[in-house]
Amino acid sequence: MAEMTVRVNERLVTLNAGTRLREIAARVKPDADLVIYNGHPVDDDRLLADGDTVVLIRRGEQPDPEELEAAMVARHTPGVHARLRRACVGIAGCGGLGSTVALSLARVGVGRLILADFDVVEPSNLNRQQYFVDQIGQYKVEALCATLARANPFVQVESHRLTLTPENIPAVFAPADVIVEAFDRAEMKVMIIETVMSQMPGRPLVVGSGMAGYGRNNAIQTVQEGNLYICGDGVSEARPGRGLMAPRVGIAANHQANQVLEILLGEDLR
Amino acid sequence: MIKVNGHDAEWREGMTVRDLMRDHAFKSPRIIVKVNGTWVRQSDWDTHHVQDGDDVRVLHMIAGG
Repeated sequence: MAEMTVRVNERLVTLNAGTRLREIAARVKPDADLVIYNGHPVDDDRLLADGDTVVLIRRGEQPDPEELEAAMVARHTPGVHARLRRACVGIAGCGGLGSTVALSLARVGVGRLILADFDVVEPSNLNRQQYFVDQIGQYKVEALCATLARANPFVQVESHRLTLTPENIPAVFAPADVIVEAFDRAEMKVMIIETVMSQMPGRPLVVGSGMAGYGRNNAIQTVQEGNLYICGDGVSEARPGRGLMAPRVGIAANHQANQVLEILLGEDLR
Repeated sequence: MIKVNGHDAEWREGMTVRDLMRDHAFKSPRIIVKVNGTWVRQSDWDTHHVQDGDDVRVLHMIAGG
């Protein structure tokens, strides 16, 4: 009898030609109350064809880790995910920029993240940083670790609760393919640029510079100076009357995260 | 004559990176400097001499993150 291959809950299964949707649902997950056929929820029964995708879900039930990983991997472009999973990115500072970069990179499946920050979550952080009311008082690296695990438990996160200095930066970020600068103070931005350029020459460093206020979407851009990438508008300093706000900090942060992907993946898979 | 961020600027014998920053009133703790494509750290500004014809890039880092 002719055979066909169908993807059921992200696993490939070989079925006899003529197998029907409800038949496979009853066999794989009889308690499923939601059947997604080729990306659309369906109520009826139908003949399956070679190459079809079936997802069977029981509402409110958590998938087991293996099933979850398969489902998450399926969302990523195959070649892209394999490369990102092997990558390691260092994030210097876990404030508005760093926490947002970390969450974006965890969601797309970057395999390993190294976080460094000395600070604790305060109420004044909640206007732009990826923390929550119940995390106030926690160390940022610990709170962020927990949040990242909720978004993608398959990312290996290494956290360092410390103040970064020219002395410890080379060791903390030694395994990183790319380093992201996500400090608040301009002097610290200069410090890490000088440290990486002199002690880790050639290592890509993606910094944020100029993202206070609101509006002016398209003033935020990424410019490259050798292995240094600068994301921001280059002028908007945080000062009384022009604060840092989630949307514009998020734009700059995702410029950084997006630049990291381009460095890791090259330009050919875009 | 030298170039500073693409613009012509005056050069004088013995000029250091520190002198150049002072002349142009660049706020030192917040800038990074590249001379002919090579980064010059702030700790080297007093000893690094700018040569006639050098191409200097000065980038301001803006607070906030």
